[in-house]
Amino acid sequence: MNILYVMVPLGLALLVLAGWAFFWAVSNGQFDDLDAPSWDVLRD
Amino acid sequence: MSAASACFHCGEPLRGSSLSVAIDGHSQPVCCNGCLAVAELIAGAGLIDFYRYRKSPAARPDEAALEPDIWAGYAMAEVASQFVQRTGETDSVTLLVDGLRCSACSWLVEQVLRSTEGVREATANAATGRAHVAWDRSRLDLADIMRAVAQLGYPPHALNDASLIQLQQQEQRAALKRLAVAGFGMMQVMMFAVSVYAAEIAGEVMDAGLLALFRVASLLVATPVMFYAGAPVFAGAWNSLRLRTVGMDVPVSAALVLAYVASVWNTFRGSGEVYFDSVTMFVFFLTLGRFVQMSVRHRTTGVTDALARQLPAFAHKWDQGSVRDVPVSALARGDVVLVRTGEILPVDGELMDAEAHLDEAMLTGESKPVRRHAGERLSAGTLNVQDPIRLRATDIAAGTVLSHVVSLLRRAQAQKPAMSKAADAAAARFLRYVLWGAGLTCSAWLVVDPARAFEATLAVLVVACPCAFAIATPAALSAATAQLARQGLLVTRPDTLEALARIDAVVFDKTGTLTSADLRLTGCRTLADQDEHRCRQIAAALELASEHPLARAFAQAEPLEPACDVRTVAGSGVEGIVRGRRYRIGTPQFVAQLRGAASPAASGENSGTSGAGNAVEAGQAAAASDAPGDGDRCRRPPAAATGPGGQDRRASHAEDFLGTEVSLGDETRELAVFELRDVLRSDAAATVAMLRGMGISSRILSGDSHDAVAAIAARCGIAEFSARCSPAHKLAEVQAMQATGRRVAMIGDGVNDAPVLAAADVSIAMGRGAALAQVGADMLLMNDRIQAVPEAVALARRTLRIARQNLVWAAGYNLGSLPLAALGFIPPWLAALGMSISSVGVVLNALRLLPRRADRPGNPGFRLRPLPASPAAAQPSQVA
Repeated sequence: MNILYVMVPLGLALLVLAGWAFFWAVSNGQFDDLDAPSWDVLRD
Repeated sequence: MSAASACFHCGEPLRGSSLSVAIDGHSQPVCCNGCLAVAELIAGAGLIDFYRYRKSPAARPDEAALEPDIWAGYAMAEVASQFVQRTGETDSVTLLVDGLRCSACSWLVEQVLRSTEGVREATANAATGRAHVAWDRSRLDLADIMRAVAQLGYPPHALNDASLIQLQQQEQRAALKRLAVAGFGMMQVMMFAVSVYAAEIAGEVMDAGLLALFRVASLLVATPVMFYAGAPVFAGAWNSLRLRTVGMDVPVSAALVLAYVASVWNTFRGSGEVYFDSVTMFVFFLTLGRFVQMSVRHRTTGVTDALARQLPAFAHKWDQGSVRDVPVSALARGDVVLVRTGEILPVDGELMDAEAHLDEAMLTGESKPVRRHAGERLSAGTLNVQDPIRLRATDIAAGTVLSHVVSLLRRAQAQKPAMSKAADAAAARFLRYVLWGAGLTCSAWLVVDPARAFEATLAVLVVACPCAFAIATPAALSAATAQLARQGLLVTRPDTLEALARIDAVVFDKTGTLTSADLRLTGCRTLADQDEHRCRQIAAALELASEHPLARAFAQAEPLEPACDVRTVAGSGVEGIVRGRRYRIGTPQFVAQLRGAASPAASGENSGTSGAGNAVEAGQAAAASDAPGDGDRCRRPPAAATGPGGQDRRASHAEDFLGTEVSLGDETRELAVFELRDVLRSDAAATVAMLRGMGISSRILSGDSHDAVAAIAARCGIAEFSARCSPAHKLAEVQAMQATGRRVAMIGDGVNDAPVLAAADVSIAMGRGAALAQVGADMLLMNDRIQAVPEAVALARRTLRIARQNLVWAAGYNLGSLPLAALGFIPPWLAALGMSISSVGVVLNALRLLPRRADRPGNPGFRLRPLPASPAAAQPSQVA
């Protein structure tokens, strides 16, 4: 079970990374409109 | 009328138009030059997919808005600077776009803007009706952008409340980040907590070092959840404490702080319980609740935006005898502005005509129209309820208009439905008992068993949080409001849903509600050797200044020139001077009065009038002297030929004719008789049947002739109807119905319906009706489906039922769990879970008001519909 002493901090580090990525996405307006972009892929 | 005679672009009847456009190799009919221009533009840009994916026909483009010239004002630097944000070489603007109804519309707008040379970025959002555009300043200007959008048939409005938009965007982004932190954090902490619980349940002893690791990791994760995601809760609690009140946030904060501090203490001590799981879960659900509330609030702001759009973007500028539409922002002090009947004054100004009747309710709250005389100062934002007037602009007060918009927004946001207010008050009372109960529990346990005092107090604070109680009603109401908006009904006042659920009678105004808003000119009998075309041109000139549904029937003919000295007489018709001759159009009696001795003052004054300028001044005196009933704030009833005083002699001897007849005459003779017909809406009969099925009676109160109303009533299956009602009569009828204990919903669209709409328990205005009716209405129907009304009543009834269920459930939960928690049967983690589940249960119950995914009308993103070979069978309608 000693591996947990590595895995838990690693998990926390990944959590911080995921949180940072999400913050970046929100600040860039990726979540401002969740409706229209689904249309762009159909035809551009 | 068969399906093949509907316009391919806007879905409205063709009205004998022979125009057509080639789409994908097929020739499709269109109803007017406006639709033709837009459809050709769309086809030419290779964007015909729009027609494949759209959910409803496009709005019929206003031909005036397609004129490129009216946007030229926005090219001026001083005008553009009000709206445009400048960063380096790039200008950007936020536009409120009329008619952005579905994703296909926003896609079309985006595609066209992006394919414009010089545009760097374009996004359109159908949910908010807004488009954001950024462009290269050296290659384009604001006018080009507005023109590009307008050419598609969507009139754009430049927004200068950028600060409000940015504020909302920032708020939404911050809330989303908080929600993510709380959500991620809760999941991580739960992972640790579940493994600890699992070990306990399995009876195994966890390695002490590992346990310590889990606790420290939980602490690390819970700390940002507590202080970042939970910050608004603590701020709220601090505010209410400073104001010496007990808000919902106070016991919540107390519980959070207690649990967190105890957990941190125990973590470093290395023994005792930790409650990080409860803390993070609690914060997550609180944040979720706030997020949902914020979304609802932003959506309400969207509705008030729709109201704010009522403020004119353009003014009719009087320029050497002709009328030109210019943006309000392009007006200057001293300009003469024409304000037509039913329009809102765009600027502060001095009245140039003899008198005006204005509804100043927007500013003063007084709904009775005020009479103003020549030279008086009129305020922007007030409504012209009677004759067209001219005013000289004294203040181009962007401030006046802006403050008006702001007050509208504030009103909508400040008002809370009575039901929610009652629940809030009950929750506040309950909270005091909770704090007392927590104190009592703590002291009792300290006497009985001090070791358990902390846990029990914590459990009481958490479990008794009346969150579910507080969100029970708003959750149901917001779900219903969202659903109604999807059906095209906008709720403008918060108490409307409650009132709508209780109505038992619906009153229709015939023109424009049961029938489509536009009358059709079906015939023209000319008398005295007159040329039919010329008669139509004169009629068009007279009706040019009017916004009445009847006036639009004449709009197809090219007016000779703008009529001057135009005077509207309620219930009778319009009088004005065209090419130096005085004409009247309206009831036969009204027209006959002009050539008879009925108004000697008028004929005496006008014998020598020839030039437009003099005639206006001279005619004013005469017009003022014989203007009927000043107390009558309303204009003609829907059909001018059959007003309260008018005798409809013609309609009676042509028995098969069920339309309306309008007469045109000058000072010596009658020139022509126009026949106008109503077109019954295709879903009118189904609407009445649905209402009857719900125990709601329908009734028609119309100003039309008896025969015309009877025919409509028979086709819809309505037994009760009254014809030839004046506005005052309609009002009396509605009040009489209310006096017998009935709750009345009034559906109207005309200017003359405004007082009746105000008196009814629920008023619904058709979105295409005159601006005046919309201002006072509780609900706006934005599309042509009148069947949305009975559906809305059914939804409102279900909403009340669900809100009641929610309240009972939440109250039961709080009252039932409190004693259990006080007696120590509920550990804190279970209390947090119970609190969360009760809140989530309430929200899920409210979500039943939204349609299930499978029920939603075809999600076009996933299903490709073939382009119809024949024109859209959108609205087959019948000729009444």
